[in-house]
Amino acid sequence: MATLQVELVAVERTIWSGEASMVIARTTEGELGVLPGHAPLLGQLADGGVVTIRTTEGEDLVVAAHGGFLSVSQQGVSILAETAEIAGEIDVERAREALRRAESEGDDPEALAAARRASSRLRAAGQEA
Amino acid sequence: MAGNLRALRRRIRSTKSTKKIFSAQELIAGARIVRAQARVEASKPYAREITRVLSALASSASLDHPLLTERQNPRRAAVLVITSDRGFAGSYNVNVLRRTEELLSLLRQEGKEPVLYVVGRKGETYYRFRDREMADTFTGFSEQPSYPDAQAVGRALIDVFTAGEDDEDGGAGADGILGVDELHIVYTEFRSLLSQVPVAKRMAPLEVEEVEEFDYEREDREAGRTGESGVPTSYEFEPSAEALLDALLPKYVTTRIYAAMLEAAASESASRRRAMKSASDNAEELAKNLARQANQIRQADITQEISEIVGGSDALVSANADD
Repeated sequence: MATLQVELVAVERTIWSGEASMVIARTTEGELGVLPGHAPLLGQLADGGVVTIRTTEGEDLVVAAHGGFLSVSQQGVSILAETAEIAGEIDVERAREALRRAESEGDDPEALAAARRASSRLRAAGQEA
Repeated sequence: MAGNLRALRRRIRSTKSTKKIFSAQELIAGARIVRAQARVEASKPYAREITRVLSALASSASLDHPLLTERQNPRRAAVLVITSDRGFAGSYNVNVLRRTEELLSLLRQEGKEPVLYVVGRKGETYYRFRDREMADTFTGFSEQPSYPDAQAVGRALIDVFTAGEDDEDGGAGADGILGVDELHIVYTEFRSLLSQVPVAKRMAPLEVEEVEEFDYEREDREAGRTGESGVPTSYEFEPSAEALLDALLPKYVTTRIYAAMLEAAASESASRRRAMKSASDNAEELAKNLARQANQIRQADITQEISEIVGGSDALVSANADD
């Protein structure tokens, strides 16, 4: 079976890399699923987006990616993010706290961005945001 | 003589305790280099991917993005200088600042007015002492820069660069903000543990060669994949290529600032370790010489005491013999 070579890289380090059978992401244009053999594509991930990587073992790896891009080429898929966190590593309590704090700060652009990041972390962790 | 000896002993003690501080600093710096190098390595995959994506975009989108186009008659140029927060790093800061002065005078010769952005407390004090105007300073993270730090710097620079787009003849243009037409960066490149070289680079307008510095076709060949040679893969873009370029280029600039900061941090630690190593060697040498002097004085004191006693007893013996 054909597989996708997936690289998930954040600026400070490579978060995950390996084989996957499918990648689901949301770009600014809409939800998108990538299967092996997908046409080359460059997309900007929606803010506060969640990326799901279905590994060849059938597990779902859910990642909160902020400020990211998705690039699909013949070699595989790379997801570039300014910061990214794998669902299992997300501290739900902290994210909730961050969301509360950001929301109480009103509509300053920084606070809005922080709120979006926090809510995407929560969604990736499978919690109601 | 005895007082002199006491003073010498005190100096030996203080030299030895400073030596301890120097060697501790040396060890800390040594550990920091390793960590800084690991972070440089860890940041490479992202830099490689973003360069690759940009090269793909560059071949598809029209290259008239403001960050790519050369401005006609540039007036002001922003210079970002990366120095350290703390001293005790040998000639590290001096070298960066000297390189900066060279760049500044070059820019002035070309008729551009330099605008300074300074990272690190040492650079800040240098320019403040000389009463030179700084547009902005960023301090507190020179040894362990994180990406949010680079983002803060990047945002400030890109904002001022974008604001410079409509400036005319020294006036602020339509948006009322006096911007800049070029972005330069001066930082210390980490070549090896022994050699760190200050370099000055232009960040914007980006040169297209630099965008394409990563030869990804070659990598494909090396990986044993044969694409249609010379024909770049045609990508689909979501959203449009132009919108993507808009979003990507500032991130690319920020990534380069981040990479420069990481290299500078590694260089700073390497430089500090070297400085501390020679400082502790010198302290040891000094303590040895002082100990030698102290011993000489001690021996002289003893010899004198003995000859005084012998002289005294001789006098007593001859006085008794006279009786």
